[in-house]
Amino acid sequence: MTNAPEITGETDIAPPVSSTGIVAWMRERLFSSPLNIIMTVLCGLLVIATLPPFIEWALIKAVWISPTADACRAARGGACWAFIAEKHRLILFGLYPYDEQWRPLLAALVNIALIVASCMRRFWNIRLLYIWGIGLVLISWLMWGGVLGLSYVENTKWGGLPLTLILATFGVGFAFPFGIVLALGRRSNMPAIKTLCIMYIELIRGVPLISLLFMSSVMLPLFFPEGFSIDKLLRAQIAIIMFAAAYIAEVVRGGLQAIPKGQYEAADALGLSYWKKTGLIILPQALKIVIPPMVSLFIAMFKDTSLVVIIGIFDLMNATKASLTDTAWKGFAVESYIFVSIIYFVFCFSMSKYSQQLEARLATGHKR
Amino acid sequence: MASQQMIELQDVNKWYGQFHVLRNVNLSVKRGERIVICGPSGSGKSTMIRCINRLEEHQQGHIVVDGTELTNDLKNIEAIRRDVGMVFQHFNLFPHLTVLENLTLAPIWVLKKPKAEAEETAMKYLQRVRIPEQAKKYPGQLSGGQQQRVAIARSLCMQPKIMLFDEPTSALDPEMVKEVLDVMVGLAEEGGMTMLCVTHEMGFAKAVAHRVIFMDRGEIVEQNTPDQFFSNPQNERTKTFLGQILH
Amino acid sequence: MASAHGTGIKPPARRLTWNDPTVRAVVYQVIALGLVAFGVWYLVSNTLHNLETRKIASGFDFLTREAGFAIGESPIYFGPENTYARAILVGILNTLRVAVVGIILATLLGTIIGIARLSKNWLLAKIASLYVEVMRNIPLLLHLFFWYALITEIMPGPRDALNPMPGVFISNRGIKVPSPTDHFAFDLAAGGFLLGLILSVVVAQWAKKRQERTGLTFPLMWSSLALILGLPLLGWLIGGAPTQLDVPVLRGFNFQGGATLTPEYAALLAGLVIYTAGFIAEVVRSGILAVSHGQWEAASALGFTRGRLLQLIVLPQALRVIIPPMTSQYLNITKNSSLAIAIGYPDIVSIANTTLNQTGQAIEGILVIMGVYLSISLSISLFMNWYNKHIALVER
Repeated sequence: MTNAPEITGETDIAPPVSSTGIVAWMRERLFSSPLNIIMTVLCGLLVIATLPPFIEWALIKAVWISPTADACRAARGGACWAFIAEKHRLILFGLYPYDEQWRPLLAALVNIALIVASCMRRFWNIRLLYIWGIGLVLISWLMWGGVLGLSYVENTKWGGLPLTLILATFGVGFAFPFGIVLALGRRSNMPAIKTLCIMYIELIRGVPLISLLFMSSVMLPLFFPEGFSIDKLLRAQIAIIMFAAAYIAEVVRGGLQAIPKGQYEAADALGLSYWKKTGLIILPQALKIVIPPMVSLFIAMFKDTSLVVIIGIFDLMNATKASLTDTAWKGFAVESYIFVSIIYFVFCFSMSKYSQQLEARLATGHKR
Repeated sequence: MASQQMIELQDVNKWYGQFHVLRNVNLSVKRGERIVICGPSGSGKSTMIRCINRLEEHQQGHIVVDGTELTNDLKNIEAIRRDVGMVFQHFNLFPHLTVLENLTLAPIWVLKKPKAEAEETAMKYLQRVRIPEQAKKYPGQLSGGQQQRVAIARSLCMQPKIMLFDEPTSALDPEMVKEVLDVMVGLAEEGGMTMLCVTHEMGFAKAVAHRVIFMDRGEIVEQNTPDQFFSNPQNERTKTFLGQILH
Repeated sequence: MASAHGTGIKPPARRLTWNDPTVRAVVYQVIALGLVAFGVWYLVSNTLHNLETRKIASGFDFLTREAGFAIGESPIYFGPENTYARAILVGILNTLRVAVVGIILATLLGTIIGIARLSKNWLLAKIASLYVEVMRNIPLLLHLFFWYALITEIMPGPRDALNPMPGVFISNRGIKVPSPTDHFAFDLAAGGFLLGLILSVVVAQWAKKRQERTGLTFPLMWSSLALILGLPLLGWLIGGAPTQLDVPVLRGFNFQGGATLTPEYAALLAGLVIYTAGFIAEVVRSGILAVSHGQWEAASALGFTRGRLLQLIVLPQALRVIIPPMTSQYLNITKNSSLAIAIGYPDIVSIANTTLNQTGQAIEGILVIMGVYLSISLSISLFMNWYNKHIALVER
């Protein structure tokens, strides 16, 4: 590296202006050929046709604050954000007692903190388990109450964003160990166990989540002895866990397959038993590889929990639908759907950006 | 009336962003001339030969190939590319086609030859690179050296006037370098083909090149006959480089 | 270890000990199977007991009974006097109707957006990636509610229906389009279309043979386009070029005549297509990016035109990468069409749900739903596995 070329020297001349700067950029990226010009014009027209009317509707002509719907009806051609201002507590927290709604808010924040902590590299060890334990206890206490000075709120009253977060987070969280077991089972050389695992995974992946939710709501009660009942929310949570486990199993299996055979052989050569080999050598590496697809899976589950609407659970989506039934405020569905879309988008988009970054970072450390 | 000049580069300049890769490059290559281009990595030698079939675009200066100047005209570029064959460092064979299909695809679709004729030519060139028995295999089933020989045959099937070699042996395992070089030497010895070859194989340069060009920092620093170039380098940079290459 | 003591020693006799991995494997598997069998027995016996005490019938006898409910839309005739079996068939047909059209439209839209995202044109690429990011990150159910609300609440009633082009009416009762009347010319046109398809294939075969023989290429795309569009036109002209269409007209409170897209079908289709196109766009984009730059360069260096380069080099390679994830998107569309129930489109889930509510036979109802989806999923997966083996790249 002694004669590495210097970047600048006295013979250097700057590139011609026509190839740098904003003009060159525009010529290159917007107007380089007739086709390109046509594209630019068409896209420009699309933007002009949609963006100004949308801004006018959403911002300029919008009604932001109004105690009744009349102001909104008067201002034609504008969004009625007053509806959201009026109903946001119902949308976000469902039927939870109004004065106690700081509790689900706090629970949602704890839940988000839990997700953030799970995304941080420094917690990717046994500590994460403790954090989850503490989080679970804290969220249960905040939501149910009944001890330490909080009044008891039964879970039929839970609703809105905290419920969506709980269903998704604990759905994936509890499905995770099952998923790992299923993935290991599917790669096992014991035919009976392998067959059972494959059957479970393919069965669940072959049917829509809705059918599982229906099953949990109409079939589970038939499965257990008389007098033994599980409440509706828990049944939905079980269906989500069953569903997530099959998909997690496939993700983890991908990670297991990516581990080079040499690692298995080296562990065998050290005389480790199956469980030690798996727990100490294989899984730690496999799980690291599967973090990005796990994040994508979590995003998918977060969106899919909205299906519990169909069996009548009061999550974010259902709370939104409930807010629309108020006859005094009829006809503002689009506003409220946009509001909820933004909530879902913020969660999903930030997680997917995180996953992309992580993938780029892990890729540099794991190139083979 | 074909002129004696096959390739003419006049004051060619090129930048990647602010980085000046080619600085006032002037080069003229005669019909049938064989040139070896060497230089440290990042010196612009690959960029220069890639400008000749416009895989890269130059920003200033003129490039004339066999009497046609390279401009933005697509038809011009396609015409020039038909006459200029190129062999890449990483072979770039089409993995979804068999060896024979790799060889006949361009003659059939670009030169519009009947399939039987294209296959006949292809087999002739496969024979010449000494792997006719691999015709029905896929590139993924061949060794690196074999793949590169197929790539050379693929270019030859277009019956080009000029062959460009972009470090054809540097991605190969040492034991396979010779089989590829042998094919290239054979091609050179037949004569008639204009060849530009970016390589560090100095033995090859001594054996077949009419001229050796040394590039550094985007400039042509020195050019000479192989004898003179190796025994009596003029420039300090050339000396340092040769010292590193030849030990 | 033991065999180091010279030759002629027999391998040690197998003794059944806990340290023998085979013994362990057998024991583990027996335990696992036992647990599963016990679990199943426990659930089944509970279920049977519960069914008995609640006096719920079991078995699939109900299928032959009269359903007694009406279905909002159906590709085949269905009335309350028909059987549950026919109702379920209607559900399956409705599911397939939305899934197949959804798959075709989502593929078209997704491919366009995926390619647009790779465009050199900055504006186009930005709009495409905005689409992908927004659409993928909003739950499908929300898409459905949004489109359904847009059609049923925001759109005007039939009296002031939007009329974007002659004969097309968009109102809160759905989308009405003109349909061809019962005329000989339209049959001729349909025949012409079929003939055009067949002739295109024939021409393609002939062009391939001719190219092999003489090397001449044939403008296949244009000839096929001309055949497929031209022959129906010709048929229509021969039939007397009737300009009469069954145009929807407002009568009283609703439209008469023409063909209808119901709000439910339109919203479900729009939601599925718009949502899934975002995922398909990413599949297509990564497929094209998977074809290495060297392939483009090598093909350009051989003098291929851009169109041929795409046709012969890039697409065949990209398709190998695209097809497996594309299949799972197709499966997703099929499974996601079950969300139809949320906006009242009578798909298989919705009809099975009505059935199980009426008959009380929950288990059979769920089994019907699962059976239908499993057979669709499994047949597509089997086909894909076969296809993947077929096109896998041959490597050393």
